[in-house]
This record gives sequence, structure tokens and C-alpha cells, in this order.
Amino acid sequence: MAGAVIWGAAQAEVAPADVAWGEGNVIAESLSGTPGNAGEGAKIYAEKSLGNCVACHVVSNSDADFQGNVGPSLDGAGSRWTEEQLRAIVADAKHVFPDSVMPSFYKTSGYVRPGEGFTGKPAQEPLKPLLNAQQIEDVVAYLATQKE
Amino acid sequence: LPALAETAPTETPDIVIDGGAVTLPTFADAPAHLEGALGDKIYSGWVFRDAETRAMQEDDFANPSMAFVDQGIEAWNTVDGTEGKSCASCHNEIESMKGVRAVMPKVNAAGELWSMENYINDCRTNRMGAEAWKWSSQPMENMTLAISLQSRGMPVDVAIDGPAKPFWEKGKEIYYTRYGQLELSCANCHQQNYGQMIRADHLSQGQTNGFPVFRINGAGTVSLHERFSGCIRDTRAEPFEQGSQEFRDLELYVASRGNGLPVEGASVRH
Ligand code: HEC
Ligand code: HEC
Ligand code: HEC
Repeated sequence: MAGAVIWGAAQAEVAPADVAWGEGNVIAESLSGTPGNAGEGAKIYAEKSLGNCVACHVVSNSDADFQGNVGPSLDGAGSRWTEEQLRAIVADAKHVFPDSVMPSFYKTSGYVRPGEGFTGKPAQEPLKPLLNAQQIEDVVAYLATQKE
Repeated sequence: LPALAETAPTETPDIVIDGGAVTLPTFADAPAHLEGALGDKIYSGWVFRDAETRAMQEDDFANPSMAFVDQGIEAWNTVDGTEGKSCASCHNEIESMKGVRAVMPKVNAAGELWSMENYINDCRTNRMGAEAWKWSSQPMENMTLAISLQSRGMPVDVAIDGPAKPFWEKGKEIYYTRYGQLELSCANCHQQNYGQMIRADHLSQGQTNGFPVFRINGAGTVSLHERFSGCIRDTRAEPFEQGSQEFRDLELYVASRGNGLPVEGASVRH
């Protein structure tokens, strides 16, 4: 019985507030318990209403047009960073790069005048995180394919 | 890992209007109060726009703002309200407004920080017996455009000391606050990253010397507070009300970052 409960917990999604940060700014454990899908991740990366990472980053082999350069190129990100590091950067970049302009994608509170999406209407915390656990895993899987 | 820094424009041609009838510089020395936050030069948003957009502002006939300026001048001369007066009844020709735009917003006799819109509505309601115009309504934007054009070429010169100081301080605090779920401040985009691309948008320093602007992306004429509102909304935040104390404070602070740039009067942006 006890074993079954532990098994169930290991499968469960990790809520944004429960994310376990490891030594050296990593998130070791999958947030969703389900392996990421790189193909889905590529879509989330480029889609304005999802990750919109392309607003700030260039990936040379991406077919998204108008790639921004507020952040560094992500070519080779999968060689520079481990999956555990990439998960940490995407979930909460400010934890890894203090004062970064990169948004925290797996965070639900602590905002100033948060709005309901792009409507300009006020929103009540906790907000839905910008990406859900599986979407983070998918983006991490996509970045991991970006080898130098 | 260093974040990419701001990049200054590589060329800063003048805005040459109607073959040289009016020539507006597009950069100036950064005001001292910035303490180097924008480097040593400040730039008009015009230099960050594409050739086609730039060209529209170099020809008063092609400049779509001018039709709205004309409507503003017409309203200037039109009697409205219970007192049977027009703006011209008291202020004579609209040329009497020369210099007004360059120093707005400013502290009024009662010690409040007022934008041009406040002065206009004060005259309409208290002196003409007419209805107030909504902050970013078309009649208001027509009038602020027509009045701004009278100062075209004059350097922005808003006061930040004395009675203006507390408003300026508050505006500065707003400028550096990271709003919304994207947690971005004005400074994150327009100070740290001007010259960079955010998706398809070439980030400028977010200067206000061109306002109100005509936006060729279909938005028509856009007031300054409308622009502030859009920029804050895009951080997934709840903007302040247009005309609010917060936005007037912010208007003063942002205008002061552009002290020295010429008023463009009726400008064109993407
Ligand atoms: C508003 C701008 C912005 C957005 C949007 C953004 N980033 Fe970033 N990102 C940055 C900046 C700036 C850095 C550099 C770190 C710093 O701030 O010092 C960075 C760093 C990174 C890095 C490490 C850089 C490297 O390769 O060494 C990764 C990986 C990354 N971002 C992935 C993403 C992903 C994935 C998304 C979308 C889910 C995203 N970013 C969205 C601005 C952004
Ligand atoms: C009955 C007279 C009267 C009428 C009509 C009138 N104004 Fe005024 N206006 C004034 C006076 C007096 C002031 C100075 C108020 C002050 O300094 O506080 C003023 C100030 C202003 C200012 C601020 C100027 C500055 O340098 O600070 C603007 C802008 C302005 N008026 C615009 C207009 C417009 C636009 C109209 C018509 C829609 C209009 N006024 C109609 C009397 C009038
Ligand atoms: C996420 C990025 C972002 C943030 C945050 C942001 N802006 Fe902007 N802003 C833009 C973009 C993109 C434009 C259009 C291109 C340009 O002129 O930079 C713009 C344009 C402007 C302009 C028009 C400039 C011109 O010459 O037409 C002003 C003024 C401005 N912003 C002020 C602000 C202020 C004040 C804040 C904070 C309250 C702010 N912005 C926050 C992205 C941003």
C-alpha cells in the first residue's frame, strides 16, 4: 500500500511552488513526470501565445520569422547546458540569471499589477503559469536537441 | 553570461521635412540627470523606424497626422459650449501656443501636475461651458496634435526641480518597476535593450518628443498615455488609467529623459 502511494506521488506533476532546486541552480526532477516532446517544444518555443521565446532569441535552424535578439542565440544551448540546467532556466530564469529580463515561465505569484493575459484587465494571483509542466518539459527537450 | 547590451543607431540623419523647410535633429546630448543610463546620446524613435515610415514624416503632404492637425485647427476656431467661445476667442491664433508642448507636463498654479489634455479640458469645462473631451478621443488628439505642431523644432525642456520634483521622482519609480506576469519595466526594453529586436519590433529609447504620433499599423493617432497603456498591457499587466496621476508622473519622467530632443509635432511611427 505505502509503495503504491509513493509510486503515485512520483508520477504527479510538481506544482510551481513545490519545485525542488538542486545544488548549482538546477531542477533535477521532471516537472510533469512525462518525457518532453521536442516537436511540441519547437511549436511552444515559436508560438506567440505560448512560449514566444522567439521574441528574444535566435535559433538558426528554426523556421520562425522575425527572431529577436534581446537574449543570446540559443544555437548550441543543448551542448552548453544539461537538461537539469535548461529546466531551471526555462522554469525561472531569474533564479539562474539574477535580474534577467527573461520571464519566469513556471511561477504563479509575486507580480506587480498582474493582468489577465494581454487584455489589460486585472488578474488575481495565483495566476496560471506562462507554461504548464508538460510544456516546460517539451521546450527543454527541444533545446536539448540544439547541439553545437 | 552577459546579456546583450543596447546598441546605438549607426546613423542619425536629420528629419528633413518638405525639402528643408523644417529640419529636425534626431539626437541630442543625454540630460545630466540620467547619469549615463542611456550612454551619452539620446535618440528620436524616428531613427529606429524603416525607410518608408521615415519618409512619410519628411513630407507634410504625405504625413497622415496633418489631416488631424487640420481638424484640430478647425476646432480651435469653432465656438462650443454655453459661453459662446472658441479657443481663439481667448488665445487668438493657434500660433500663440508655440512653446507649450515643449514644457508639458508641468505643475499648474494649484500645485498639480497637468498634461496638455488637463489644460485643454480645464478651458473647455470652466471657461467655455463645453463638455470635457475623453483623454485619448479623436477631438482631443486632434487638438494636442495641432498645439504640438506649433512647437515643432523646439527642444523638449520639462522642469524636473522645485514643485515638479516629487512628481518626477514618482514617475521615475514607475519607469523602473517591473510590471505584469512578464515582469518587464520600461527600462528593461527602452534603456537596456534599445537598438535590439524584440520579435519584429526594433526597440527605440521610448522617447516622447514625437507625440501624439500617427501609427501606420492601423492604430491611427495615438496619445502618449495610450502608448504607455499598450506597453504595460504587453507585459501582461493591468495598466494605469489614461490621464491618471501615475501616467502624468510617468509622462513627466519620460519626457525629461528626452530633454534636448526637438518636439516633432506631428510624427509618424510604425
Ligand atoms: C523578454 C526576453 C526573453 C524571453 C521572452 C525569453 N528569454 Fe531566454 N534569455 C533572455 C536573456 C536576456 C537571456 C540571457 C540571460 C541573462 O539575462 O543574463 C536568456 C537566456 C536564456 C538561455 C540561456 C542562454 C544560453 O544559451 O546560454 C536559455 C536556454 C533561454 N534563455 C531559453 C528561453 C526559452 C526556452 C524561452 C521561452 C520559453 C525564453 N528563453 C524566453 C531573454 C528572454
Ligand atoms: C475664456 C478664455 C479661454 C478659452 C475660451 C480657452 N482658454 Fe485656454 N487658457 C485660458 C487661460 C486664462 C489660460 C491660463 C490658465 C493657467 O495658466 O492656469 C489658458 C491656458 C491654456 C493652455 C495652457 C497653456 C500654457 O502655456 O500653460 C492650453 C494648452 C489651452 N489653454 C488650450 C485651450 C484650448 C485648446 C481651448 C479651446 C478648446 C482653450 N484653451 C480655450 C483661457 C481660455
Ligand atoms: C516588452 C517591451 C516593452 C516594454 C516593457 C515597454 N515598451 Fe515601450 N515600446 C515597445 C515597443 C516594441 C515599441 C515600439 C517600437 C519602439 O519605438 O521602441 C515601444 C514604443 C514606445 C514609445 C513610442 C516611441 C516613439 O518614438 O514612438 C514610448 C513613448 C514607449 N514605448 C514608452 C514606454 C514606457 C514609458 C514603458 C513603461 C511603462 C514602456 N514603453 C515599456 C516595447 C516595450
